[in-house]
Amino acid sequence: MEIFNNPLIYFVIVPLLTLLGLALCSNKGIGAVRAVAVAGATVLVGLAGWLVYLFLQARGAGDTSEMLLRSDVVWYAPLNIKLALGVDGVSVVMIVLSAFIVFAGVFASWKMNPLPKQFFLWFYLLSTGVFGFFISIDLFTMFMFYEVALIPMYLLIGVWGSGNKNYSAMKLTLMLMGGSAFLMLGIIGIYFHSSTDGQLTMNILEIAHNDAIPHDWQLWLFPLTFIGFGVLGAMFPFHTWSPDGHASAPTAVSMLHAGVLMKLGGYGCFRIAIYLMPFAANELGWIFLTLTGISIVYGAFSACVQTDLKYINAYSSVSHCGMVLFAILMFNTTAMTGAVLQMLSHGLMTALFFALIGMIYGRTHTRDIRDMGGMMQIMPYLGVGYVIAGLASLGLPGLSGFVAEMTIFVGSYEHADVFHRVLTIAATCSIVITAVYILRVVGKLLFGAVQNEHHRELTDATWEERLSTATLIVCVAIIGCFPNFFVNIISDSFLPIVKALGAAI
Amino acid sequence: MPQEIGLLLVFLLVFLYDTFMPARSQRFLPYFTTALFAVFTVLSFVPCQMGEAFGGMFETNLATWVMKCVLNIGLLLVLMQSIKWTNDDFVSVRRGEFYELMLLTLLGMFLMVSARHFLLFVIGLETASLPIAALTAFEKRYYESHEAAAKYIFTAIFSSAIFMLGISFVYGMTGSLYFHDIATALISEKSALLFAAVAFVIAGVGYKLSLVPFHQWTADVYQGAPTAVTSYLSVVSKGAAAFAFLVILVQAFGAAYAQVWQWMLYAVIILTITIGNLFAIRQRNLKRFLAFSSISQAGYIMLGVIAANTVGMASMMYYILVYIFSNLAAFAVIAAIERQSGRVTIDDYNGLFKTNPWMAFTMMLAMFSLGGIPPFAGFFSKFFIFVGAAQTGSVAIYVLVFIALVNTIISLYYYLLVVKAMFIRQDECVIPYIDSHWTEELGMTVSVMGIIAVGLASGIYTFFSQITESVGHIFAMI
Repeated sequence: MEIFNNPLIYFVIVPLLTLLGLALCSNKGIGAVRAVAVAGATVLVGLAGWLVYLFLQARGAGDTSEMLLRSDVVWYAPLNIKLALGVDGVSVVMIVLSAFIVFAGVFASWKMNPLPKQFFLWFYLLSTGVFGFFISIDLFTMFMFYEVALIPMYLLIGVWGSGNKNYSAMKLTLMLMGGSAFLMLGIIGIYFHSSTDGQLTMNILEIAHNDAIPHDWQLWLFPLTFIGFGVLGAMFPFHTWSPDGHASAPTAVSMLHAGVLMKLGGYGCFRIAIYLMPFAANELGWIFLTLTGISIVYGAFSACVQTDLKYINAYSSVSHCGMVLFAILMFNTTAMTGAVLQMLSHGLMTALFFALIGMIYGRTHTRDIRDMGGMMQIMPYLGVGYVIAGLASLGLPGLSGFVAEMTIFVGSYEHADVFHRVLTIAATCSIVITAVYILRVVGKLLFGAVQNEHHRELTDATWEERLSTATLIVCVAIIGCFPNFFVNIISDSFLPIVKALGAAI
Repeated sequence: MPQEIGLLLVFLLVFLYDTFMPARSQRFLPYFTTALFAVFTVLSFVPCQMGEAFGGMFETNLATWVMKCVLNIGLLLVLMQSIKWTNDDFVSVRRGEFYELMLLTLLGMFLMVSARHFLLFVIGLETASLPIAALTAFEKRYYESHEAAAKYIFTAIFSSAIFMLGISFVYGMTGSLYFHDIATALISEKSALLFAAVAFVIAGVGYKLSLVPFHQWTADVYQGAPTAVTSYLSVVSKGAAAFAFLVILVQAFGAAYAQVWQWMLYAVIILTITIGNLFAIRQRNLKRFLAFSSISQAGYIMLGVIAANTVGMASMMYYILVYIFSNLAAFAVIAAIERQSGRVTIDDYNGLFKTNPWMAFTMMLAMFSLGGIPPFAGFFSKFFIFVGAAQTGSVAIYVLVFIALVNTIISLYYYLLVVKAMFIRQDECVIPYIDSHWTEELGMTVSVMGIIAVGLASGIYTFFSQITESVGHIFAMI
């Protein structure tokens, strides 16, 4: 089997082996479950590092092909469906991001109760879907992995969640599956117009190369696929699953969902919707640009008035993920690079936020900021972590948020027309609003007066919590301090897309 | 033909065993039948001689051969699940009849699948329908069982009458009941009579598939019938009818595709999927729930018929296979639990995961597969059947696919309700630990393996696809 020589396939095999290992663990003890889960996550992080090395080596050796590490295995021959693997810079950084968040997530759910084994089973099934999505370049397998990543959410929230979990779990699942219904129709439509010589294909590179989708078909296939992925990217007005879902989900699931799963939306938007249908993207981009502009500002304003920590962070995710789609729709390399940096940055800092919120909630049993205060005295480690996450979120230089937002706004401002300028300026305002809600929480939660005397007896972070958060903090700082490393990996990937867009005007 | 002869042989052996073996060994009749049928199922996979019989009224080709194998798998699973039930004190006195009638109805379905002449088709249809009424009434103790049987038989007779009226119109127009004669005679026919004839044929077969608006009997019959019979009705009987339906519409009325039956079927599919789904949401009894779910699944199967191309046909056969595994996994759990605790409502399944984790797991996989969640087989079958329909290329069919896709979301909602009851409401367990019989467990295991393997092993679909390519000439008239 030649495909096993491709390192990419191991990003699916390792989670599957972890699943198998977990399934063999006994139901009683938690020790074996933890060991298997940590082993799986560590191997994934190692693999991700190795992948970056291989990628840089190949690029350094002058391999300029669009996708590296390609391999094809025919799966469903009658429909020309292949297990086609391949990565470009964007997929590489997304895989790295996912690996780190899975790693942090395992430690954040160290004391998971009840049914830790089942929790990690679903958790790793979700990860399998995520990694599978990023390594595939075949529409069918991408879509399949995308749905594999969605459905575990239902049980993860429903069984281990808190609050109004039944409602949230059902709402989230149905809305995301609704999005994927659009997507499936879009994919079928793309497939039947993928080539003019009768050799229909599902391979993204071949479809883009053939450029055979008629313009009138593009005009309705593009909205289908863009909305399909946009739902997962929390695009206004399809974002309503996000606050409820994140608020009810257990910590590690919120981390993985906000940190990685929502990125699937942004990634799919440019890899499938824009890349394959550049004509329609040029024609209809303004509609979605307006919607994402609304997402950015609306999400930020909504975050200002929430009192539940998770809701604040969920709305802030709507705003930040809106920024990702916004930048992608600017159709130039700078903004798109910014979009990927923003995906990385948002993924890490939101995961950090959710991890910290989960840890605080585990101690205080409340997430309402009105009932808490003075946490900096009580649990300084978590407090400092929260401040760092907050500063990254509002774009302090030296942390990841600044790099990403700066790149996005510079890229967006390259457009000289009034429409883009106005939207860019509106979106820029969100930085100020972000500062308002972040500082409000930090001031109240961390530095305010202690609201509840019982809180004085609480303890600071344990070692696994420290490990989990420290991993993420270090990542945030690395992106903030060495953005060039990431920009170099990413930026080449957008050349074919921008070229296709330019050619289709 | 060898498949029919083999089936008759199985039937005769069972009949002889039932009649002549001493009473103390009657207890082994279910095992004997199931084992014999398992051997037959395995042997039926050996490609047999293809050709015609009865002067062209009966035809076997690769597609009918594969379809019959699929039906065999379905019946085998049903038989496995019902072994323990037929050995219950009350049922045991008549278990011989149960197996004989089951095998006979399968023979009727074989005839339906292979018929190339309306007369033979009607014989098959009646053979496949009337014994089911007797089987439905098998739970003599229960009033609902009788009611269900009465409903079933009245609907069956009435639909047959309509169907025969339809084919008498056809005979009037064409002077023949051979499919290929009809097809050639109808090429330039556009009379109102043809519309009526096709509509009557759709109504006549539609009841067997429980397509809306011919579905009224479904929920009551599914609820009242013994669970083994319900599961048989919902998958095997439906699968055979769907395949025969495709053959009739394509081979006999192929020329009338665009003008006549494409639009009729279009409306019927939308109604079937939507109404089946909307009614399923409100059901609390799991058997009624699966009845409405099976109505909407029949709508999806019909997408393969309206496609009227080889991809659609391959996808439809594949869909039926997947549907057999998924639905029978669900029914295996329902049957085992009903047999021991008598509980069948969704609320009874609260916290099932705590007391019976494996059954809950099986049920969950069944629900995910029915709802079309990857990596389970249901996802692949749905995708392929949509691809088959979309291959026609018309925008109207894309709209139809879109409506079907929206309906998958609705269906996912109610399938998740079952999952929610089993996994999320863990604090209120109703059903104690169920000590299921090994045959039931075997049935569940095979179904679960089917759900997982049929999708991931692409060879099956590829094989179906090659098979339908080889009979592609039947679509010549479209």
